[in-house]
Amino acid sequence: MSKVDLSVKIGSLTLRNPITLASGTVGYGNEISEFTDLNRLGGIVTKSLSLKPRKGNPPQRIVETPAGMLNAIGLANVGVEVFLTEKIPFLKQFDVPIICNIAASTIDEYVECTKILTTEETIKAFEINVSCPNVKEGGLSFGNDLNSVGRITEKVRAATNKPLIIKLSPNVSYIADFARVAKENGADAVSAINTLVGAAFNIFTRKPKIHNVTGGLSGPAIKPIAIAKVLEISRSVDIPIIGIGGIMDWRDVIEFMIAGSSAVQIGTLNFIDPSAPAKIVQQLEEHCVKNGIENISSLIASYQL
Amino acid sequence: MFIINSPIKEILELQDHIYLLKVYSPELTSKIRPGQFLNIRVSERVFPLLRRPFSVCDVDGDHLYLMFNIMGEGTNMLAHKPIGSTLDILGPLGNGFNFEGDYDTAVIVAGGLGAAPFPFLTRMLDGKKNILTFIGGRTKSDVITYNFKNVEKASDDGSVGFKGNVVQLLEKNLEQLKSQRIKLFACGPTAMLRVLKDFCLKYEFDCEASTECAMACGFGICQGCPIESTSEKDHYLLVCKDGPVFNIKDVVI
Repeated sequence: MSKVDLSVKIGSLTLRNPITLASGTVGYGNEISEFTDLNRLGGIVTKSLSLKPRKGNPPQRIVETPAGMLNAIGLANVGVEVFLTEKIPFLKQFDVPIICNIAASTIDEYVECTKILTTEETIKAFEINVSCPNVKEGGLSFGNDLNSVGRITEKVRAATNKPLIIKLSPNVSYIADFARVAKENGADAVSAINTLVGAAFNIFTRKPKIHNVTGGLSGPAIKPIAIAKVLEISRSVDIPIIGIGGIMDWRDVIEFMIAGSSAVQIGTLNFIDPSAPAKIVQQLEEHCVKNGIENISSLIASYQL
Repeated sequence: MFIINSPIKEILELQDHIYLLKVYSPELTSKIRPGQFLNIRVSERVFPLLRRPFSVCDVDGDHLYLMFNIMGEGTNMLAHKPIGSTLDILGPLGNGFNFEGDYDTAVIVAGGLGAAPFPFLTRMLDGKKNILTFIGGRTKSDVITYNFKNVEKASDDGSVGFKGNVVQLLEKNLEQLKSQRIKLFACGPTAMLRVLKDFCLKYEFDCEASTECAMACGFGICQGCPIESTSEKDHYLLVCKDGPVFNIKDVVI
C-alpha cells in the first residue's frame, strides 16, 4: 500500500512492526493462529516457561473487574522440555520472531532454562519474567528487589547471546531504577508493565472472587499507569522499552510509542478479539500514511512535555 | 471456530428472568453440536470487557437460540439488545455431547438454567432414542421445560412436581432407569453434579456432564478455567477446550 517503514529495533532484534503478543495471552500460538495471521506480527512472546511443568492455581483463576480483569493462573505451563519437543515444531512454520518468556523460582532455574532454550534457533530472544504476582516463591519477590533483578539479569546474560528483555513489575515505587539495573547488567530491553496486584471480594459470601486471593490486574483499566511507567523509564534510562498494559486498538499503540515504547505487547485484547492484532498492524500503517509518518520508529519517545 | 456478527431476530422472556434469544447464523448452525458453546461480546466498549459464554440452546434451520437469565450487567444488556442489531459471536467452542452410541434411552438431567443445552440435544435425539427428561429447580419459576419430551419435574420447595432435588427424583425412578439401556446427559449447579456423580458411580450409569467455570477467552489461551482430571494425577484439564462436556467419572466435581 505504501512505503511506510513499520520496523522497529529491540537491541539487535529487528521486528517488522511494533505489534507483539504478550506472554500468557497466546499460549504457544496454535489457538490464536486460527484468528490472526501470525506472519503479519512483529513477534510472539510465549507463555512463561519453567524448567518443569507447572499445574497452576486451582479455580477460580479469573474475574472481570471494571474495564479490566484479575487473573491468577499460577504460571501453568508445559515446561521447557515439552515446549521444545511439542510446541516449537508448530511455531517453526511461521515467519515471526519467537520470544521465549521464562519464569523461575530460583536464579539457577532461570539460568538452566535459558541454557536449554538458547540452542533452539527458532527462539530469537528471551523475556525474563521477574514479576509474576501470582506465585509465592520467586516472581514478584524477585521483581521487587533491585539486587535480585540485577543478579538474574547478569546470570541469564552470561547464558545466552540472544537479545534479553527483562519484564518489569509495576508494583514498585520507582520502576526506572529497575530498568537501570537491568541495563547495567546487560539487558537489551525492558518490557513494562506486568500486571498490578489486585483483589476483589464477593460481598455476600465475603470470600475473595479468585482462589489465590490476589491476582494480576490487566486490561484498559491499567493503561494510564502503564503509560506513566513507560514514560518514567524513558525519561531516566536509555534502553528500548516494550510497552504493555491495556492496549485495545491502534491509537493505544501510538500512545505507548509516543510515551517511549519501541514496541508493544497486546495481552488481554487477545481474549476478547483474537483477530485484532493483525488488524492493528494494518491500522497503524494507515495512520502513518494519513499523517505523513515515514518511519514508525520516529514516534518513539516523541512526547512533547 | 471463528468470529461472526449475526443478526438478532427475536428476544423472548420465557418465564421469570429466563430469556430466549434467536439469532440468524447459517455459518454457525451448520457447524454446532449439542453441548458446544459460544463466547459473545455484549458490548463494543470496555464494559463488560470480556465475552460471556453461552451454551447453544437450540438450532432450527439457519437459526440458533440462546437461553440465559439476567445475572449481571452483561446479560441485562443482552436481554435488551435491539432486534435486528448484530451479535459479535466467537464459536463454536468446546466439545459437545457424544449422543450417538450403544444405548436405548437418553436420560436428560438438568438443574435450573442447566436446562439450556438440552432442547438442541432433544431435537437431535428425537426419533433415534427414547428420551426421559428430569428437570429440577429451587422453585416453580426455576424449572424450565421449554421444548422437552417426557418431563418429570422436581423443586426444592415442592411448588411444582416432586419435592426434593432432581437426583432424589432419579432415585425414585431407579427401577425404571435400571430396566433400560440408558445414558445420562447432565447440566446444572456444581452441587447437583456432585450428587449426580455419586449416583451414577453407585449404579454404574454412563453419564456425560456439561461443566462450568469462569473463563476469559473460551478457546484455551487464557488458561483461566481448570478442572481437575481423575485419570491423570496432578493434572488440570480446561473446561473450555477439553470440555465443557466430560464423562462425569473423568473429572473432579
